[in-house]
Amino acid sequence: MELLIFYPLAGLCVLFALGVVVSNSPINSAISLIGMMLGLAGVFVLLQAHFIAILQIIIYAGAIMVLFMFVIMLLNLKGKGEDDKWRSRDKNLLLTVLSGLLATGVLYKIIDIINAGDFNSPALPPETFGTVREVGTILFTEFVLPFEVASILLLVAMIGAVVLAKSKVD
Amino acid sequence: MILELTITLVKIFFIIGLTVGFFAPVLTWVERKQSAIMQDRVGANRADIMGFTALGLFHAIADAIKMFTKEDFVPQGANRFLHTLSPIIAVIPAILTFAVVPFGGQYELWGTNVNLVISDLDVGLLFVFAIASIATYGYVIAGWASNNNWSLLGSMRTASQMISYEVTMGLTIIGVLMVYGSMKLTEIGAAQEDFLSWGFFMQPLGLFMFLAASIAENKRIPFDAPEAESELVAGYFTEYSGLKFGMFFMAEFIEMVTIGAIVTILFFGAWHIPFLSAATILSWLDFLGANGANLVLMLIHIAVFFAKVIFFIWFQMTIRWTLPRFRYDQIMKLGWKILLPLSLANILVTGLVILAIQ
Repeated sequence: MELLIFYPLAGLCVLFALGVVVSNSPINSAISLIGMMLGLAGVFVLLQAHFIAILQIIIYAGAIMVLFMFVIMLLNLKGKGEDDKWRSRDKNLLLTVLSGLLATGVLYKIIDIINAGDFNSPALPPETFGTVREVGTILFTEFVLPFEVASILLLVAMIGAVVLAKSKVD
Repeated sequence: MILELTITLVKIFFIIGLTVGFFAPVLTWVERKQSAIMQDRVGANRADIMGFTALGLFHAIADAIKMFTKEDFVPQGANRFLHTLSPIIAVIPAILTFAVVPFGGQYELWGTNVNLVISDLDVGLLFVFAIASIATYGYVIAGWASNNNWSLLGSMRTASQMISYEVTMGLTIIGVLMVYGSMKLTEIGAAQEDFLSWGFFMQPLGLFMFLAASIAENKRIPFDAPEAESELVAGYFTEYSGLKFGMFFMAEFIEMVTIGAIVTILFFGAWHIPFLSAATILSWLDFLGANGANLVLMLIHIAVFFAKVIFFIWFQMTIRWTLPRFRYDQIMKLGWKILLPLSLANILVTGLVILAIQ
């Protein structure tokens, strides 16, 4: 039953992810990315992590991607042939090699994990797993330091963005 | 198993029938009639069948026929696939939100526990919020796919307005969560049995900020800069006609119902009647037997809930026909410089009060 939902979801995720990479127009890439994130949220639901799934939709699919779309529209990036600002990006050899190396490394690690893990008998999570209360408790007890560090990092990034934007306006 | 499935199906048909079949068409008529009353006109009384006008109610049917038979026009150079997809993305979330909206409490009927909500999610309130943020894409993609600069401007305004007011909306919701200690809409509703524990008294500032933010999310006057007909022709749906236009129209009206329902649950005691607890009503209905009394109680609660929802629909319409449109920079200023700090202060004060009580 779970596999019946998992495979279509995972298939859709992969298809959308491919769409992000191969699509010619930036807006199509962005829409594919949204589709991929929604599929990923579905996978989270399958893993009983409802809270994480909803956060995935609100933050990534809902907020960040709207900003992406806004920027794409603001810069008016068109598809192939109409605007070479977008296309010229993929001619950088150094970037291509580096990202290729990175992808190979990630893939190697994933294969490593798959080989090491035992997927035949996953332990059933407790009833409260993935609820808002449970995630909140863990976040504010066990992982409170990384959590606060991450929020400070975001704050710093925000202040940095404001400073950068302001110096241009002045 | 089969009984549960049947109950769920009945609930789904009830909700879809009520929103798409009743509220959406009737509200198009109500909007015209209310504007007519407020502007001292006669209004919506032309459509008739054999001279019989039914107060103009036939306009809803005439509208439907017009939308189904009008030419579906896709402008040259537009992205045909996305142009068709975006009204669907706009209308589905509007209906989907009702999956977690409880329209009554829990009742024991003939040994079965009937919970009047389609899906009682642990993250219910966040689900509403997530689905609302997905609806943004319908409007944003619509303008992009139309290959029209007015539409594109409308889309950009939509994107920035939705992002701005989603922040306020999310922070307002946090105040409510802190007070009731749950994200389940059913539990938030059930916690407001006592009149003085209604969200209206617990989060008075939250109520007004939530209403402002949700009207901005629905892009109705005074926040209708994305479609501003005197500036942008019709904004993101300039190039839409026929049924696709109808879907945008329907999404707006269904969203009004959704806003009414969420405000009712969070701030106005959901299905409860002030100073009249469910136990009191049950004791009055004692002569009907346990099942009969519960059934009547359930119907009363559903009626009370939708009466409140209808009140908030009326309220939104009154705002729409009273206020002029805000300027775009005023909308941004209100969102970021007034509502955002206020909602943060609201959370702080709520936290302090809860701490003091404990």
